[in-house]
Amino acid sequence: MSMRSQVLVEHHGVATGREMTTWQTLRRGVELSPELRKGIWVTVLLAVLSTLGRVLVPFVVQRITDDGILAAGGPDTAVVARYIGIALVGVVVTAFSAYFVNIRLFRSSENGLATLRLKAFRHIHDLAMLTQNTERRGSLVSRVTSDVDTISMFVQFGGLMLLINIAQISLATVLMVVYSPLLALVVWLCFVPLFVIIRKFQGIVGRAYTQVRERVGDMLGAISEAVVGAQAIRAYGVEDRTAERIDAAVEAHRKAANGAQARSVVAFTSGQLVSGLTTAVVLVVGTILAARGSLTLGELLAFLFLVNLFTQPVQQATEILNEMQNAVAGWRRVIGIIDTPADVSDPGESGVTLPRGPITVQFDGVGFAYPGGAPVLHDIDLTIAPRSRVAIVGETGSGKSTLAKLLTRLMDSSSGQVLLDGVDLRTIRFSSLRSRVVLVPQEGFLFDGTLLDNIRFGRPEASDDDVRLTLTELGLDAWVATLPLGLGTDVGQRGESLSAGERQLVALARAYLADPDLLVLDEATSAVDPSTEVRLQRALDSLTRGRTSIAIAHRLSTAQAADEVIVVDAGRIVERGHHSELVRLGGVYSKLHESWVAQQQAV
Amino acid sequence: MNVPPTSTLREGLAVIGRGIKGQPRWFALAVLGSVVYGVMTSLTAAAIGYVVKQAVAPAIAARHVTAAQLWFIGGVMAAVVLTTIVGVIGRRVAGGVAMYNLVAMYRRRVTRQYLRLPLSWHHRHPSGQLLSNANADVEATWNIFAPLPMALGVVVMLVFGIIQMVVVDPWLALVGLTVFPMLFLANVAFQRAMSPRVTRAQQLRADVSEVAHESFEAALIVKSLGREDHEADRFRAVTHELRDANIEVGRTRGRFDPAIEAIPTVGTLAVLFVGTLRVSSGLLTAAEVVQIAYLFSILAFPVRALGWVLAELPRAVVGWSRVSAVLDATGSMTYGERALPSGRASHLQTERLAYAYGIQSEAGEADRNPAVVDVSLDVAPGATVALVGPTGSGKSTLTNLVMRLVDPDSGAVLVDGIDLREVRRGGISEVAALVAQQTFMFDDSVRGNITLGAAHDDDSVWQALHVAQATTFVEKLPDGLDTHVGERGASLSGGQRQRIALARAVIRQPQLLILDDATSAVDPSVEQAILARLREASSGTTVLVVAYRMATILLADEVVYMEAGHVVDHGSHEQLLGRCVGYERLVTAYAREAAEREAIAADEEVSR
Repeated sequence: MSMRSQVLVEHHGVATGREMTTWQTLRRGVELSPELRKGIWVTVLLAVLSTLGRVLVPFVVQRITDDGILAAGGPDTAVVARYIGIALVGVVVTAFSAYFVNIRLFRSSENGLATLRLKAFRHIHDLAMLTQNTERRGSLVSRVTSDVDTISMFVQFGGLMLLINIAQISLATVLMVVYSPLLALVVWLCFVPLFVIIRKFQGIVGRAYTQVRERVGDMLGAISEAVVGAQAIRAYGVEDRTAERIDAAVEAHRKAANGAQARSVVAFTSGQLVSGLTTAVVLVVGTILAARGSLTLGELLAFLFLVNLFTQPVQQATEILNEMQNAVAGWRRVIGIIDTPADVSDPGESGVTLPRGPITVQFDGVGFAYPGGAPVLHDIDLTIAPRSRVAIVGETGSGKSTLAKLLTRLMDSSSGQVLLDGVDLRTIRFSSLRSRVVLVPQEGFLFDGTLLDNIRFGRPEASDDDVRLTLTELGLDAWVATLPLGLGTDVGQRGESLSAGERQLVALARAYLADPDLLVLDEATSAVDPSTEVRLQRALDSLTRGRTSIAIAHRLSTAQAADEVIVVDAGRIVERGHHSELVRLGGVYSKLHESWVAQQQAV
Repeated sequence: MNVPPTSTLREGLAVIGRGIKGQPRWFALAVLGSVVYGVMTSLTAAAIGYVVKQAVAPAIAARHVTAAQLWFIGGVMAAVVLTTIVGVIGRRVAGGVAMYNLVAMYRRRVTRQYLRLPLSWHHRHPSGQLLSNANADVEATWNIFAPLPMALGVVVMLVFGIIQMVVVDPWLALVGLTVFPMLFLANVAFQRAMSPRVTRAQQLRADVSEVAHESFEAALIVKSLGREDHEADRFRAVTHELRDANIEVGRTRGRFDPAIEAIPTVGTLAVLFVGTLRVSSGLLTAAEVVQIAYLFSILAFPVRALGWVLAELPRAVVGWSRVSAVLDATGSMTYGERALPSGRASHLQTERLAYAYGIQSEAGEADRNPAVVDVSLDVAPGATVALVGPTGSGKSTLTNLVMRLVDPDSGAVLVDGIDLREVRRGGISEVAALVAQQTFMFDDSVRGNITLGAAHDDDSVWQALHVAQATTFVEKLPDGLDTHVGERGASLSGGQRQRIALARAVIRQPQLLILDDATSAVDPSVEQAILARLREASSGTTVLVVAYRMATILLADEVVYMEAGHVVDHGSHEQLLGRCVGYERLVTAYAREAAEREAIAADEEVSR
């Protein structure tokens, strides 16, 4: 058990996906978006049909010139008309199949990419808290937005073009061989170096685009500071410094983008260069052959035409392969996050569902260390009886918040196990765990919406009356009445229209509405004024009877009210017992209490 | 935000014009490259014809080819190819540089606005949307510069091609030329059909980003309440809307694309047919028809670049309208010229200060919710004043007014007799420092978060950390002062962040220090030590402190008690205890509670 946990804890960062080859990325990408594969053969068949039409037209044009206009004995209008008829059929076939290809492609790719977005979004929420914290929020956002957008650009325009180009290249090759096997060989020999260059540049261009994607993440992080940190920036007058930091990130992105662009231009123009030079070589070699009589001038010119038919798709394919690297860079990042293991994972179907009712909490030899850090908890053994109200106190950094996070399975212990009603926390289904155990953190995030919506976030099926009842029970109805629109008041971005203390009241009501059997409060009322806090405390006292509640607090008024106080110091439980006992004991707690009392008393 | 399609073309051209003005040199270079490319491409056919006539045909006729002839053929062709390539490189590299420079330039401008606009503006705009404005919308605006140089080169190519055609045979040229207006009309119709659909998709893209941004910021809450499915549903709804909008874009594209592609082909066939007839009538030679047909087939593909530009126009216009909404936002603060006196503790006064937040009433009308009403304070230089009041009574709003983070609706804040609105930009933060209730950490080192770029040596940083009682934990961090705290200080606890924020204020040795419940996340003993150090360190400082705890209040020379935005009473702690019921209730809440509990406990023991 502890072996497993150790390994898991070491595995904390988000996979970059950088180690995946292009081919692996594409395969995994299609695997994650099965819609991309659905009906793909019909689409490809239609695409081949439209390609046939596209190739037919220039071919027919060439025949018209050769057999019609340049026919021995003057232009043959009948032949020309017949060929034009054929070409028009080709145009119509191309247009119709291209229409269906377009529509099918958009539908399958948009469906597939929506699936990918949803999978990535869901998985980001499933990732362990520590893993989420290793990434900037902006970078997480870009994985479900701009990274996916780069893929869609490629799938919708490039992917199919690539198939069409390959079909056209094959077709042109066959035609060239029919005309002149020797010249066809010359053409292919000319293109060998290009294929070598393309292969080499794929890697170079790919790395450059990966750089660009990463710079986008950095840049979003820097810009978000100007938005989220607006107050701090103004209070300290550091607009200029923030601007410099943003400029540096914007500049780094610009450089990376120009770098990637320059590399892809080299790759692309090498395609054009080789194409042009091939025409020159074919003309030279063709002239030699024609001078020897093994080719007519007409045949040579016709062949030049075929070379054009061959080089055009090659050039286009070179271009698309470059763009593919951009898409693959985005795809890698999305796949990287989806394939990052959710260290703290839901046992799902196979997991235990706990019946409702008061919970017994048990820590059995629990130790914890942050990845790469020193242990913060050592060998914690602790049993908390059902229906008891426990306060955990201790100095900042003593490890008490860690206890709360282990208890709510935001993190898994490095050693030992946490048990609820005798069941290892890791085997309990999340659906069961989250409905029975709720944590109220110090900074409870509020969504941009009404007060009602935010409280209801704890239990979406709750009625308006349920919400009102909760507020009344908590004694918060008077406070809500002072708000301009009561429950309908908009709390603003991140709840910023409310004060920090008010936000904590909402977070508490939200958790209380969720009706858990074990309520864990981590400094949940630190910004609330004393008389409101005391009132709230009393309300919670009567309301949490029948439940187990664990409160982590600096304000010892909470500890005084608890059935039991657990004192944590340097990652160990050093004292436990009732408030009055601990005060008499003269240990760590009594010292904390002394300074608390000193704070409260007037001189 | 909804742009009627009729004006898209005009507005799009205005966006392009703005871009050209922004990057004239790189753009000119790109167009030059594109012109070279265009001219050379349309000359390729002529070059082949020239080479065939001068060298290939004679060689074949002579059944012998000389080395000089081969060099000539290869040389001419290579020269044409290389010149074309130079054009392509110029077009692409310079075009790319122009585009990325524009993107970077406008990102700087947009973020400059974010830094310039007042806090009240920020509160009205979702952060996800602002990120989208600086990222996706700026990109959408200038993406048009990718196909634009090519398109302009194509115009030159077309003119060249048309001249060649007209020279060969005006009638045949006329047949060909009818194709171009058709192409243009088809493209305009295409762009009109696309415009509203693209607008919608772009808006939805921003919505998706907004939902994702908010949801990931709320990750801890989502997890601890087990609301992942609920959030996934919310994201699914907007993602599916975007998907449907994109499919709609694709459907429109699917309808127009094949038609637009077919037009030049049909044109080629028409040229061939008419040409054949004219050759039959002896008005034209076969070679001339072939030359024109070849020209046509070469021109057909690049002409589509014009279509790409038109297709990008709606996106550019939508992007620009979203970007310009930020750039044109007004309501920025105006600043005066005056400086606040330095070198001694500030004298802080507020005169009948009032501030109300703008809200929307149930009917959706703009309404105002008063937060601070008629507040007059006078804090003598060097004094410490405690601001006490229940949760939501307007204390934090008052601290924001005193720092001029927001301007009052009426009344004034005076520091040393100077109205803050007359102070020059940056003048207030030079003398005053605020430690807000909710601390903000920059994605920087511990040192960077304290100095904020100002020149402070490590000794003074450690000193500030000492006042904030943060030396012990900072010493334990893996890289000490150089430890990066992560985005929003994610690697630190709430109490640690608060202490770093405190050190950030202390190191500036402010003449006016405002503490907004700045020690709520640290434990009592640490708080006491902080307050003691602060007392030593801030002898030359005027302090306004929002406080709940008695120990903090007792540091103050005067207490101001607020309720519902009003100052209810002010005076010494003892005075207020005696005459202000609300105050008395608030500050003695813990003590009364403790006493009651002790009494109950004693009763229980007795009854046992």
